[in-house]
Amino acid sequence: MPRADDEHARGTAEAVARRSYGKLVAFLAARTGDVAGAEDALSDAFAAALVDWPASGIPKSPEAWLTAVARRKMIDAARRRRSGEGAAAHLRLMAEELEAAAASETHIPDDRLPLMFACAHPAIDAGIRAPLILQTILGFDAATIASAFLISPATMSQRLVRAKNKIRQARIPFRVPERADLRERLEAVLEAIYAAFAEGWSDPAGTETRRRNLAEEGIWLGRLVASLLPDEPEALGLLALMLHAEARRGARRNARGEYVPLADQDPASWDAKLIEEAEALLFRASAMGAVGRYQLEAAVQSAHVIRRRAGRSDWAAIERLYDALSALTNSPVVAINRAIAVAETRGPAAGLAALDALADDARLAEYQPYWAARAGLLAWTGEVDAADQAYQRAIGLEPDPAVRHFLQQRRMELRGRSGTPPASG
Amino acid sequence: MKYMLLIYGNEADMLAATKERAGQMMPAYGAYTEAMTKAGVYVGGNRLQPTTSATTVRIADGKTKVLNGPYAETKEQLGGYYMIDVPDLDAAMSWAARCPGASHGTVEVRPIWTM
Repeated sequence: MPRADDEHARGTAEAVARRSYGKLVAFLAARTGDVAGAEDALSDAFAAALVDWPASGIPKSPEAWLTAVARRKMIDAARRRRSGEGAAAHLRLMAEELEAAAASETHIPDDRLPLMFACAHPAIDAGIRAPLILQTILGFDAATIASAFLISPATMSQRLVRAKNKIRQARIPFRVPERADLRERLEAVLEAIYAAFAEGWSDPAGTETRRRNLAEEGIWLGRLVASLLPDEPEALGLLALMLHAEARRGARRNARGEYVPLADQDPASWDAKLIEEAEALLFRASAMGAVGRYQLEAAVQSAHVIRRRAGRSDWAAIERLYDALSALTNSPVVAINRAIAVAETRGPAAGLAALDALADDARLAEYQPYWAARAGLLAWTGEVDAADQAYQRAIGLEPDPAVRHFLQQRRMELRGRSGTPPASG
Repeated sequence: MKYMLLIYGNEADMLAATKERAGQMMPAYGAYTEAMTKAGVYVGGNRLQPTTSATTVRIADGKTKVLNGPYAETKEQLGGYYMIDVPDLDAAMSWAARCPGASHGTVEVRPIWTM
C-alpha cells in the first residue's frame, strides 16, 4: 500500500483523536458505566483505523466509524468477562443501548459534561478527580498527569484504575447534578480544568506543543462548562481568568526569547480581544451576586489590565482582592501576591513584613516565587546582601531557563543600583 | 441496581438510651421503611440483635473455631441493614442520608455484586 495513504490515514486518525477523544470516551462510558472499558475499546478502535483506513479509504464520518468499532470491542470484552444468565441479559441491554444511541445519531452526542461530573463525584477521592478528568476527557496518559501532579507514575496509574473501578462498581451516575448539589460538585470540575490550564500555561516559551495544548484544552473545557452552565458565576469566572492569562501568553517573551515579567510587559502586546471577552464574562458573573475564588482571581487580572488605560495597575484593588482570596483559600501563593500588592500600596518595608509573616510555612522553602518576591523587595529597600542571597535561592529553584536568566540579570544589577523600586508596577 | 445500606452505631449508647429516645427512634425507622416501600425501592432490611448475641465461626486447620462475640470488637457495630434497588449511587446516597442511623451513627453504602 502506498505510503502517502498511510500518512494521510495516520494524520486523520490523529486529528480525530485530538478533537473527539473525550467525546467518544464519554459517549461509550455514559452508556455502559465503564470508563476503563471505553478507553480500552477506543484505543483498539484507533489501532484498527490505522490498519483499515489506508486500505479502504477514510470513512465519511471517522467518529461514527470509530464509535461503531469501539462499541463492538466493548461488547466482545464484556462477553469474555462474563458468563451465565445474568450476563446474557446484561450484554443484550448494553448492546441495545449502544446500538440505539449510535444508530439514531447522525453525530455523536456530547456527554463530556456528565462524564466530568462523574469523575468529580463526592464518592471519588478529591485528589484524583482532576487527574481523572484529564485522562478521560483529554486522553492524557498516567505518566504525563503524574508529572503535573508531582506523584509517581505507578501510584498515579494505580489510583486512576481504582477510581474508574469505583465509578463502574458503585454505578456513579453520568449526569449533571441537581441544582442542590450543583455548586459543590461544580467546584471539583472547575478545579480540574484550572489544573490542566495552569500546567499548560506554565510553559511560557510554548516550545512543548503538548503542554501548550493543555492550556488550550483547559480554555476549551472552560468554554464548554460556561456555555452549558451559563448561570454559574464561578464557571464564568474561571473562563475569564484563563482568558486573561491567555491574552498575555505572547507578551511573556520578547523578540529575543527572553522572559518579560508582567510589570515590564507592553500592554499593547496583550490580546485585546481575549481581554474584552474576559471582562464581559466577569461582568456577567459579578451581576449574579455569588463571589468565589475564580471571580476574585479574574478580578485581579482585570485590575492589572487597567494599565492599558491608566498606565498603572490598580494596586489598592489588587490588595483588597487578595485579602478576600486569603480569607477564602488560606494559600501561601495568595499571601505572596498580597505582599507584593502591599509593597506597592504601602511601601517595600510593609511588603517585606507581610512576607516575613509567612516565613514559618515550610512549603515556601522550595517555592521560587517566594524567593523572587523577597529578593525584589529587599533590593527595593536597599538591602543588597540579603537581596543577593534571596535571588540565589530563587535562581536555584527555577526550572525555566528564560526566567532563570532574567533572575540572574536582576541579581547582577543589584550592585549597580539600590533604593529604587524593581519596576514591579 | 441493588445497594446494601449497612447501619453502624455505638451499641452501648443505643442500649443505654432512655425510653424516651428509644421511643423516638422506632417510629423514625418505621417511617423511613414506609417511605422506601412507597417509593418502590425497598427490597429488604432488618435490625440486628446486639453483638453480645453474636457468634463468630471460622475453619482453621480443618477444625471449626467458634468464638463468642462479634467478628471485630470496635466501638461502632453493625446494628442493622437495608437492601434497596435504585438507579445509581446518587439515589442510594440520598436514601442513606435519610436513614435515622445516619444521624446517630454511620451508614455505609455498598453495591451488590451482580453475577
